[in-house]
Amino acid sequence: MPKVKIARKSSAVDMTAMCDVAFLLLTFFMLTSNFTRKEAAAINAPSSISEIKIPERNILLILVDEKGKIFFGIDGQENRISLLERMGALYNLQFSPAELKEFSLINSFGLPIEQMKGFLSLNPEERESTSYALGIPSDSLNNQLKNWVTVSRSISKDYRIAIKADQATAYPKIKKLMETLQDLNENRYNLITTLETAADLEPNL
Amino acid sequence: MAEIAQNHRKGRKKRRSKKLSTRVDFTPMVDLGFLLITFFMLATTLNKPQTMEIALPSKDKSAEDEQSVVKASRAITLLLDKNNAVYYYEGTRENEIDPVLYKTNFSPTGLRQFLLKRNYEVMSKIRELKADRERLKLSDKEFDQRLTAIKSDKSAPIVLIKATNESVYRNLIDALDEMAICNIERYAIDDISPFDLSLIETFNAQNKHSNGR
Repeated sequence: MPKVKIARKSSAVDMTAMCDVAFLLLTFFMLTSNFTRKEAAAINAPSSISEIKIPERNILLILVDEKGKIFFGIDGQENRISLLERMGALYNLQFSPAELKEFSLINSFGLPIEQMKGFLSLNPEERESTSYALGIPSDSLNNQLKNWVTVSRSISKDYRIAIKADQATAYPKIKKLMETLQDLNENRYNLITTLETAADLEPNL
Repeated sequence: MAEIAQNHRKGRKKRRSKKLSTRVDFTPMVDLGFLLITFFMLATTLNKPQTMEIALPSKDKSAEDEQSVVKASRAITLLLDKNNAVYYYEGTRENEIDPVLYKTNFSPTGLRQFLLKRNYEVMSKIRELKADRERLKLSDKEFDQRLTAIKSDKSAPIVLIKATNESVYRNLIDALDEMAICNIERYAIDDISPFDLSLIETFNAQNKHSNGR
């Protein structure tokens, strides 16, 4: 009877395949990810049970901070350039190509357009200082927000308006913003919230 | 001398080929790969904000006529006030008698309980529909159709949300949330009227009075 030969197996597993998979997934996540963009103001959005995700593109973001200051931003770098050009024409301001380029890299801002030139000449770290977080004027005498929204909408009809307000923002500020948008006949918009895990939604009746 | 050098090299080569295998240990590389994957997964998907879609009526005069007169039996008015307080009353002022105002809050046993009770018919129908979907394997389209039909029931309550100047944005979102939870199809955000403010005032005055006693 022949002896049964037991093959000697090494205890080391071949990691090459696993490594392949890991890096494949890594590549996938790196390519599909878009990082949370830095916003001009720190905003603590209220939580809600709504589970609708915000669309990825064509967002016209209006931020309202705790004190009611308004910040504004659109996505799409080309659109940002034409936005500033047209806004400049509206307020008799001339922006250089370098300034337009700088502006196209800014996600959101909150300052009167008269100060935009000074703001763009700073480097990104200096822009974060609070002296430039003034809020966009939106009162009835000087409603720049209205113009920003109108011009953005004229550049691309696809922009959806998203409002992200702090949970402690006083209601009159929100109401004023909604009225401004209503004046522009913008009646549909998204309110950005964070997810709330409602444990007990339906109490026993 | 050249020979010696050659010999030396040969000898070293032999020794190396004996000792080292061509296999590289990939374990640390896999570790690193999965660490990065974890990072990217967490950095992307978890940070996506939610959104709440809302549509306000347009300011046109023509649309204003369309705002049909709400039947008093269906109307519920919510008044959002400071410190997360909510007041509500049913119907409106009729025959010179003010509607009764109640004070509550946004907890599950507060406003939600009241709204669910008012909307009980719709809620139970929806529950039945959900059970039907499991049983009869309804298609999504059919389910949605029947859901809208249930929600637009003629006797379902209509909610008017009015926020006072002291309320904060969070209260509004909370109120809109309650609408979604309680399956209330028709609601509107409205400006607060002096009448509503006077109701709150009398309510608070009365309460102070009864507490004092």
